[in-house]
Amino acid sequence: MLKDLVGIKDISREDVELILSTASSFKDVLKRDIKKVPTLRGKTTVNLFFEPSTRTKTSFELAEKRLSTDVLNFSAPTSSVVKGESLYDTVKTIEAYGVDFIVIRHSSSGAPHFIARNVNASVINAGDGINEHPTQALLDAFTIIEKRGSLQGLTIAIVGDVFHSRVAKSNVYLLSKFDAEIRLIGPPTLMPDFELNSSPVTRHPSLSVYYDMDEGLKDTDVVMMLRIQTERQGRGFFPSTQEYFRYWGLDMKRLKRAKKDALVMHPGPMNRGVEISSDVADSSQSVILDQVTNGIAVRMAVMYLLSREKGDG
Amino acid sequence: MDNSMLIKNGHIIDPSQGIDGIGVLVIENGKIKEIKMQDARCRMQDKKNKSRESCIMDRESDARIIDATGLYVLPGLVDMHAHLREPGFEGKEAISSGTMAAVRGGFTSVCCMPNTEPVNDNETVTEFILRKTYAEGACYVFPIGAISKGQKGEELAEMGMMYEAGCVAFSDDGRPVMNSLLMRRALEYSKVFHVPIISHCEDLNLSDGGVMNEGAVSTFLGLSGIPAAAEEVMTARDIILAELTGGSLHIAHVSTEGSVRLIRQAKELGVRVTAETCPHYFSITEDAVKGYNTNAKVNPPLRTQRDVEAIKEGLRDGAIDVIATDHAPHHRDDKLREFDKAPAGISGLETALSLSLKLVRDGLLTMSQLVEKMALNPARIMKLNKGTLNIGSEADVVMVDADREWKVDPERFASKGKNTPFGGWVLKGMPVMTICKGKIYE
Repeated sequence: MLKDLVGIKDISREDVELILSTASSFKDVLKRDIKKVPTLRGKTTVNLFFEPSTRTKTSFELAEKRLSTDVLNFSAPTSSVVKGESLYDTVKTIEAYGVDFIVIRHSSSGAPHFIARNVNASVINAGDGINEHPTQALLDAFTIIEKRGSLQGLTIAIVGDVFHSRVAKSNVYLLSKFDAEIRLIGPPTLMPDFELNSSPVTRHPSLSVYYDMDEGLKDTDVVMMLRIQTERQGRGFFPSTQEYFRYWGLDMKRLKRAKKDALVMHPGPMNRGVEISSDVADSSQSVILDQVTNGIAVRMAVMYLLSREKGDG
Repeated sequence: MDNSMLIKNGHIIDPSQGIDGIGVLVIENGKIKEIKMQDARCRMQDKKNKSRESCIMDRESDARIIDATGLYVLPGLVDMHAHLREPGFEGKEAISSGTMAAVRGGFTSVCCMPNTEPVNDNETVTEFILRKTYAEGACYVFPIGAISKGQKGEELAEMGMMYEAGCVAFSDDGRPVMNSLLMRRALEYSKVFHVPIISHCEDLNLSDGGVMNEGAVSTFLGLSGIPAAAEEVMTARDIILAELTGGSLHIAHVSTEGSVRLIRQAKELGVRVTAETCPHYFSITEDAVKGYNTNAKVNPPLRTQRDVEAIKEGLRDGAIDVIATDHAPHHRDDKLREFDKAPAGISGLETALSLSLKLVRDGLLTMSQLVEKMALNPARIMKLNKGTLNIGSEADVVMVDADREWKVDPERFASKGKNTPFGGWVLKGMPVMTICKGKIYE
């Protein structure tokens, strides 16, 4: 493992496997009556959230508290950022407090990489711009493996606004390290240029793009839905949410194209009726709430492994 | 005779007179006095000078003699595209530091873009720049005025008054003229003064806030992309408008294969269009951005290997007339931040010649053709009496050691802008002495 977790594309398959197996042990801890371990006692963690977040921030904070690290929360609107302080000065100041972990969410892609280069603390990317959301991909993989035993040989559809989705990107990078077939489904206006088979990261024989959702869902094992970011509306990527749902929304009828027991996933927050219908979201195939629970164990595992790597865990 | 200088044994190249060989260059009172060639190809020159040979020898004792053995002796380079930042952004660069960077890089004339604060959209700012240059400039500065008031792309700036004050071309560089009608008017109106309109070709709707080239690498980095089409659409538009108006159009910083193709076709059709590229567009690709390297953030963005090859071919076959620097210095703090929030630009004056010499080593251009691209052609396009060693012209001379290797250390730049993606590179060839305004820089 490295000092930081800035992206899935920066770590190896072995790293992913180590995180997932470690997360499994932490999940056992979370089932106990007393859910707290002293692993990171005496350590300090700052949650630096420059973008609004409820579930990721809560999940990290719970993971940190379960590991007994001291936690400081920092949100951009109430900080010196509004006084014009640069990101560089903000993190150098925070480092001077003697923190061990910086968990950062930022609207600029690469902001965690920039910080990681400039501080000694371990930096964990909690979502940067349209680049990556590594802990989300890890918890997604953990959830799939929990339900299906392995990622090997599975066909996984990722549906929606792939272009703007850091969740989708991290999942593509993670699943590319394993022998899973990836199908990206969505409108061409929201499909990034992966230059299939020419990009070093996504060189993978079974990554394909579908504009036709019915075709793309055929016989899939997992359907990962992405949130349609409502702030993108009116920017011309698609005409209306109504039309979007008609072609790329997941309802029960469409879900039948996938395998009978296909898992339905969503990173949240959901827009019911825009990308996913309520009956699907609440169906027995949905593992959306398992994803939330597993997020805590995965984030505990990441922090534990990073601290161990620094030799002071 | 204090002001006389005799440069001997150097390989003199001056495409404006077809000179290419070993010879003696005599400078007197800051002007080119004489060129005496050894080379048979320049016998005509020789014959003309023969009667004065004894005269030269007589003077040798008084003149400063420079032995240029193993060096090229060239007309001082002309950069038709630089940002000197003054007035308004003196933290990034000033006329004094920018012109010092120029002479260190072998340039003796620099044309500066109008995106200062205030914008050079009126004669007062033009006069200020020229006054500052007179007082503090190490080399000649020729201001480029704004096409539109405040570079807002709405109404024409007072081109005539700025022309009289000393502007040599007009451009809204950095801010593309999105309004096609305004561009048409600029190309028409500028015909009165016979000056070029320099176009920064970028369709802002297509670039849509992008920060690097659009493609697999932008996806890989999660950065929003600027497609090549954002440049090419506007290149095509401006060529069409140049054809319509008969105005003289110069395309700035060409970065894509498609733009090269469009310009080549336009020239074949006889449209009055010229074009420049910059060393970074034929030296590196978008891969330099990896790691969120803000020093590789530039507009237009670094493109693909395919584009690099097309730019080189354009330089070779003449589709691209000029190598300019687009010297865009920024303060360290400006670049020490999130990639998408960092300003675009590369500090280019002090690496341009060295990077371009590789084109000669690779056999793409002859040394004489390189001098055309970096001195003669820009001077001709801007109608400057520069880029030449003609008898009687100002003694703007650069001596180049094409073999000397050096390591790029931005901290040692004369420019205030240390922002370069070439820091740490070992480059071959460098200017070892620049003569400008009667001073010697070595």
